[in-house]
Amino acid sequence: MNITLKIWRQKNANAKGRFVKYNLENVSPEMSFLEMLDFLNEQLIKKGDDPIAFDHDCREGICGACGMYINGRPHGPEKKTTTCELHLRSFEDGSTIVVEPWRSKAFPVIKDLMVDRTALDEIIRSGGYISVNAGSAPEANSIPVDKHSSDKAFDAAECIGCGACAAACKNSSAMLFVAAKVSQLALLPHGKPEAARRVQKMVKKMDDLGFGGCSNTYSCQIDCPKGIDVEFIALMNREFFKAKVCKSKAK
Amino acid sequence: MGNKRIGFSTLSQKYVMALAGIFLMLFLVVHLTINLLMIVGDDGELFGEAVQFMITNPFIKIMEYVLFGGFLIHILLGVILEIYNYRARPIKYAKSLKTEKSRFSKYMIHTGVIIFIFLFIHFLNFFFVKVGFVPVPEYADSPHDFFPMAVVVFQNPLYSAIYLVALVFLGFHLKHAFQSAFQSLGLNHEKYTPAIKVIGTIYSIVIAVGFALIPIYFLFFYS
Ligand code: SF4
Ligand code: FES
Repeated sequence: MNITLKIWRQKNANAKGRFVKYNLENVSPEMSFLEMLDFLNEQLIKKGDDPIAFDHDCREGICGACGMYINGRPHGPEKKTTTCELHLRSFEDGSTIVVEPWRSKAFPVIKDLMVDRTALDEIIRSGGYISVNAGSAPEANSIPVDKHSSDKAFDAAECIGCGACAAACKNSSAMLFVAAKVSQLALLPHGKPEAARRVQKMVKKMDDLGFGGCSNTYSCQIDCPKGIDVEFIALMNREFFKAKVCKSKAK
Repeated sequence: MGNKRIGFSTLSQKYVMALAGIFLMLFLVVHLTINLLMIVGDDGELFGEAVQFMITNPFIKIMEYVLFGGFLIHILLGVILEIYNYRARPIKYAKSLKTEKSRFSKYMIHTGVIIFIFLFIHFLNFFFVKVGFVPVPEYADSPHDFFPMAVVVFQNPLYSAIYLVALVFLGFHLKHAFQSAFQSLGLNHEKYTPAIKVIGTIYSIVIAVGFALIPIYFLFFYS
């Protein structure tokens, strides 16, 4: 199949970027989106051009490194699919595909399609430590966790920290990410002692880093490659409320 | 790094926004219930009694101030949030397909502004007469003799049209608002949220259609 790409090129964080058009002929519909970019980069390198910079690592949808805004959606048009798991068969022959980096004040562009997502790590770091008993594993029944809670915690833990939620959100809000991280711990007995402090610190960090405020548009859930549910945002809101009203100030 | 924001976290603001919103939604129910008395066909007699009760009851008098507070907080926070969020994405996408699941969420500021403008017109017609900013028209007996005022306002097709259009936007605003308020307060549950969404849709339709009945009644069925 033949495709035309309009890709955002930007030399470095401070340079002014622009879209550059590339025509690719005879690419296989079975190619993954990243393979297609590799293929294009090989051609660019042969011509002596600067290859397109983009983030990737596992290429199997588990690390959260990849992420670009493809044809108006983070990670492209397919549901619950990371950019690395997207294939050209999802596009029509002869179509033009627009590829942009995540756009958010909290995600500055490093180069081309690569953005700095340190902000997400900073939010996690601000949550602080989680107390767990070191040493041999505790007797399972001494910390009972019901099936429902453990399933839910696992659902929340599926978040791969790609940042698509903030990229999709019209407000550039990272609520879904923060909610997933808060919820996976809030649902389990581990780390309970720090729960109140954790949620307040993480919310504060999220605000400080320049993410927007959530207005319940729910586009995050639709574009999240792991399908994290907005019910976790409500859970975080509850945790936050409990912490603010019932607990002393977070230090 | 971050954008300037007022002293509260965005989440605390969200709570306040939701609480103010719920209060305003309750007010709309009271307002609609009383207003519908206008169209029972007794030339505003029952309605007049209800108004008399409302303007003399001390509790309602206090609530009037609370109501203004509610409006003010809701509007201010809405505008602050909009500016804050606008600045969270300094460079916009060249191509963006919006995927908001709550469709009207994207237009809350737009519908909000329309409702705000409408509110001003609505105040000119009624509330400002009551508080004395606008002189009492000669066909009304007192500053709170609202029935003849309603007759005159709504028999004017232009005013009726303005009201009807504004009510459509109010309906859109409420459609997102209702379930959104629950979500903001952390009340999302797989068992109840679908019901909340349905109730929200019914609520927004009932409010918009309910209020719309009044201009329609005066325009076409009252003489
Ligand atoms: S919640 Fe979903 S979209 Fe957001 S960072 Fe996690 S996996 Fe990515
Ligand atoms: S490269 Fe790891 S999720 Fe896409």
